[in-house]
Parts: sequence; C-alpha cells; structure tokens
Amino acid sequence: MTTERPTTLLAELTHRCPLHCPYCSNPLEMVRAQGEMSTEDWKRVFTQGRELGVLQLGLSGGEPLVRKDLEELAVHARGLGLYTTLVTSGLGLTRVRAERLREAGLEHIQISIQDADPEVAEKIAGVSSVKQKQAAAAIVKELGFAFSINVVLHRANLDRIGRIIDLAAELGADRLELANTQYYGWALENRAMLMPTRDQVARAQATAEAAMRRYKGEMQILFVLPDYFEQYPKPCYGGWGRLYLVVAPDGKVLPCHGATQITTLTFDNARDHSLEWIWRESAAFNAFRGDTWMREPCRSCPRKTVDFGGCRCQAFALTGAAENTDPVCVLSPDRELIDAAVAVPSDSTEYRYRVIAEPQRA
Amino acid sequence: MNQESVPALWKLARMDFDAVRNRPVLLYPEGAVLLNDTGKAILELVDGRRSVREIARILGERYQTDVTADVTEYLSHLAERELIRDD
Repeated sequence: MTTERPTTLLAELTHRCPLHCPYCSNPLEMVRAQGEMSTEDWKRVFTQGRELGVLQLGLSGGEPLVRKDLEELAVHARGLGLYTTLVTSGLGLTRVRAERLREAGLEHIQISIQDADPEVAEKIAGVSSVKQKQAAAAIVKELGFAFSINVVLHRANLDRIGRIIDLAAELGADRLELANTQYYGWALENRAMLMPTRDQVARAQATAEAAMRRYKGEMQILFVLPDYFEQYPKPCYGGWGRLYLVVAPDGKVLPCHGATQITTLTFDNARDHSLEWIWRESAAFNAFRGDTWMREPCRSCPRKTVDFGGCRCQAFALTGAAENTDPVCVLSPDRELIDAAVAVPSDSTEYRYRVIAEPQRA
Repeated sequence: MNQESVPALWKLARMDFDAVRNRPVLLYPEGAVLLNDTGKAILELVDGRRSVREIARILGERYQTDVTADVTEYLSHLAERELIRDD
C-alpha cells in the first residue's frame, strides 16, 4: 500500500466544449451531459481529495464553464483551502461569471489560445473563438486573477512561437505554458498532421529560450521538448499514482487523463468508493507503482527511478502492452515506431475534429 | 541573490498550512513546495522591503547564530525557481 499522498487533482467536470481541437486530451469516447456527476458528488470528491493531501485543484473539462454550478464548486474548493485553477477556453467567461468566480475565491485562470494568427487559430479550434478569448483575457486581468495562457504546439503553429509569446505578453499573462502536443487520443488520430519537423522543434526551442530570458520577472514561460524528439521518456506526472489524480466527468478516477485508453485496466468510480480507497487500494492505481511490473529494458535500468519507464498510456497505445517500455526511450525495442512517425509528417490539415458522438439510434 | 538583494515573494505565490501533512506550504499556480520550519521562518520575513542582510540579522538574533549563508542559499534556490523575485 502506498504511503504517498497526491498533491494535485484534476477535475474534468464535463466533456462538453464549444471547441473541437484535434489534439484534445479528452478520450475519443466521451461522457455525455446526462452521465456527469452532480454538484454534491463533486463537492464530496474535493473534500476527500483535500483529506488525502491534495493542495492543487484544476477545474477542467471539456469546458468547465458549461457547468452552471461552477461558482458553487469554486466556493467549496476555497473553503477547503485548495489552490484552484480554472482551465478554460475562455468561451463563456462573461464579466458576470468572472466576478462571481472572483467572489468565490478562485485564484488562478488558465485560458487556451490556439495561435497568434486568428485564421489558423480558428481553423484548429473548429469554431470562431479568437475575439471571445481576447475579451475573456481582458476580464481576467481586470479582475486581478493570477493568469496563465496555455498553447498546444504542433506543425501548423510552431513557426509562429515568437508571435505567440508576444501575444501572451500583450494579453498580460503571468505564465505561459507552451505545451508540445502529446500523442494520445485525438492527437494520436491526427498525429501525421500535427507532427512537426525536427528543424521546427529546434528553432522553436531557441526562440522560447531567448524569450524566457527577455520576459524573466514579467511572464514565466514554460517550454518542454516533445517526447518524440527526445532520447528518454518523460516521468509522466512523477510516476503512476504518485502525485496526481484525475476524476473524469462520470466519476471515474484515473492516474492520468489518458488512462482510460488502457483497456486492460478497470477504473473505479468516485460514486462507489472513497478517493482514499481508490488511491491506496484499487487495482488500477497499484498496477504500475514500484517496479515489479516492469519488463526489460526498464527493470534493470538505472533510469527507472528517474522516469519510471515513461508513459503507460503511450506504451499501451503504440506497443499494445502497458507494461512495455515507453517506445520513446532509445533503449526500447519499439523505438522505430517513434522514428517512423517523426519521419513522415504530413502537410495536410484535414483534421479529424473532436466531437462527442451522437447516441446510436435503434 | 546577495546580501543587499531585497527579495519579494512571486505575486502568484502564497504561504499556507497543510493540516493533512502538518507542514507549512508555499502554493502557486500548478505547484506546491512543502516547507520546513526554517523555510517558513525565512519566508515570513520576505516582504519586498527587507534585504537579505536584514532577514539574516533578525533570524541570527532569534537563533543566536550566523545564518547569513543559509538564508542567502535558500532564497537563491527559490529565486532560480522564480518563486522569489530580487527587487
């Protein structure tokens, strides 16, 4: 039984979202409105999370603003002493709702932007959204929230990273997360079109590093190399079931937001069990703790305490077994899968957009 | 960060107490640092007005020993993580 306590809980309140980004981190099979947990369910989850040690709460989605009880949930989180971040597209963040969230004690708002070029931004989002995002950013600044901007990077926007950074500064961001696309779920479906070239990544990294120095003390910039272009995998959220947990809209509790794609695992639900039981006792959370589950080359590798064998979801999605070494690792016998994907990027932008499937009619 | 520096906490960070771990904690967007009592004592004196020298003097009197090097190192470490600003 683990003695670790989680520090961060990501609450995916809903999968509903006005945007259709083809790199969305939500699963391909999404939860519909009727399947979402109630206000009381979510409050109980936050309380149990705090009791388990959670300090950071992310109110995420989908678009969390589609939940009418968002303000009530923010009040509850603040009462527990959680540091709460609203992760939003900005769509639906009216002045009235922003003021209510401020009163509720919400501290930090993260707005996504898709690109500095409005046309490309709206092509990726699959919907008109740029003006609404700018208006939302202005309200966030005016009301004095801590303000982050998050940008998912890919082939079609990486060359504009300099302009994107300047735009974030103009919008008044305190923090800018430049997040290279991670290829799970929707992004894996669209991988060939999202995949940058090696040159693009190298130029973007140089631009980001120069901007970090230029904006130091003014805007914090985070840029992490995409794992496909690295030698070793990333320690996904500090290792499986060590620091982080996600609660999906229907109450499923996951070690990371992509975990449902590991179809060999069964995830327990916060409607049926306490968060503490799921964290400490459930089979899914214990599946990849420690190192006894590891295969070679991980098992005898000195890096196993650094990266924990990498991402289990990526290992499952690309090699068919979640126990395998993350194929990003150069020591993995499956690394050729990654090299092949990097070698054949596509200039097409015929994305498969994120949509919630309509129910099957009889 | 040197003795004349005037450290200030990042405006997005705040100190709190975690009753679950029974530890003081520094919270900021997407992150948390668990503090020990020494860290807490230093950060409580960081107000954007006192210099490192003054903070070290106050703590030195409290603990009856020269803590200048420790205070400077601790604040430098947090400055590298952009949690402390050198104004």
